Amino acid sequence: MPLRSEHDIVLARQAVRRTAQDVGLSLVDQTKIVTAASELARNALIHGGGGQMLLSVLRGDTRVGVQISFIDQGPGIPNMELAMSDGWTSGGGLGMGLPGARRLVNEFDIKSAPGTGTQITVVRWK
Amino acid sequence: MLERILKEQRRELLQQWTAQLAQVATGGRISGEELEAQAAELLKYLDEALQTGSADDINQPAWNPARGFLEDLSRKRVLAGFSSDETATFLFSLKRPLFGALRAAAGKDADKLADEIWKATALLDKLGLYTVKAFQRTREEVIGRQQQELLELSTPVVRLWDGILALPLIGTLDSARTQVVMESLLQRLVDDEAQVAIIDITGVPTVDTLVAQHLMKAATAIRLMGAECIISGIRPQIAQTIVHLGVDLGGVTTKATIADALSTALRMTGRTISK
Ligand SMILES: Nc1ncnc2c1ncn2[C@@H]1O[C@H](COP(=O)(O)OP(=O)(O)OP(=O)(O)O)[C@@H](O)[C@H]1O
Ligand SMILES: [Mg+2]
Repeated sequence: MPLRSEHDIVLARQAVRRTAQDVGLSLVDQTKIVTAASELARNALIHGGGGQMLLSVLRGDTRVGVQISFIDQGPGIPNMELAMSDGWTSGGGLGMGLPGARRLVNEFDIKSAPGTGTQITVVRWK
Repeated sequence: MLERILKEQRRELLQQWTAQLAQVATGGRISGEELEAQAAELLKYLDEALQTGSADDINQPAWNPARGFLEDLSRKRVLAGFSSDETATFLFSLKRPLFGALRAAAGKDADKLADEIWKATALLDKLGLYTVKAFQRTREEVIGRQQQELLELSTPVVRLWDGILALPLIGTLDSARTQVVMESLLQRLVDDEAQVAIIDITGVPTVDTLVAQHLMKAATAIRLMGAECIISGIRPQIAQTIVHLGVDLGGVTTKATIADALSTALRMTGRTISK
């Protein structure tokens, strides 16, 4: 799904919520993954200059989960440690989006290099 | 030649143009007299513009009255529900009578005729394009205004009690919407001399850092105006998520339901509730 406007973020959240419901996540877990997605989608839009969201269902032998990737070709994150710390923002925000999103999911993988963009994949298991 | 025709044959042109216009259905959105009046007015402005300006550049000051007229016309057409095509047709239907007059004036000089027709077409096309652009601009303005009005309608500030206002928020809180909503809440606080504002977020599905930031800004503004702010409708799943997100709603009173918020507000304003 494209992440090019505020409206796209609304659509992204709705898609994540639907998938989370289909997979059977509890109401609390649905809310957590939707909120994390909202943060990462908005970061891709605002800091990454727009990007893409890929949504999929993971089915293991014993468990099932929702996996979401956020990809942008923006400026990338020069200092990962700083960006992942509570309250650090390069401007205007609360600086809680990245660290908060990490706490809201079970798996959090971030790849970012200056000049090539940022790719973040998260999973919330049932 | 174009200049001379517009000066000397305006009455004939108007008559033929009006006849052309009468053939296009308007569905009663505009009367024949009004159309004729508009056609006459435009011919007058064309004549005047060509006296002092050139047909090559309609951005010259000499074209100001003509452009102003076309903008005004576009606005009226938008409000009457015309399409941009229909609006441009008004101008383009002048081509036929005008070309007829040019042909008559050119006599046997085919080169001259081709030249003049080219000049007239280029001019009318430019004016047509200008009209369509003005039309679209106006239509966007109208739509934008309607959206604004809708936003305000969808977030009514309600008076729960003397001095206690509630703002039930519903749906997504994007920045534009929050702005409108907060402005109307702050205005109502002043108008009602209210002491407490309850912002109820029961209808907001996702509370992320952006929404949290909006809420905190709202609470700060309310306090700066000397009133208290209570945020209600924090459901259990939202509370847990906010905690994990790490957002600190710092110092803002929060309540699970709007009923809890109201009893707190009553206490804040020195009233006691007896059950
Ligand atoms: N996709 C991205 N591309 C480039 N920089 C990013 C990206 N995502 C985050 N960042 C950088 O990391 C910082 C921290 O991000 P985080 O989401 O935690 O805070 P924020 O977006 O500034 O504020 P908020 O709390 O409102 O989310 C950002 O300010 C930005 O500089
Ligand atoms: Mg962020």
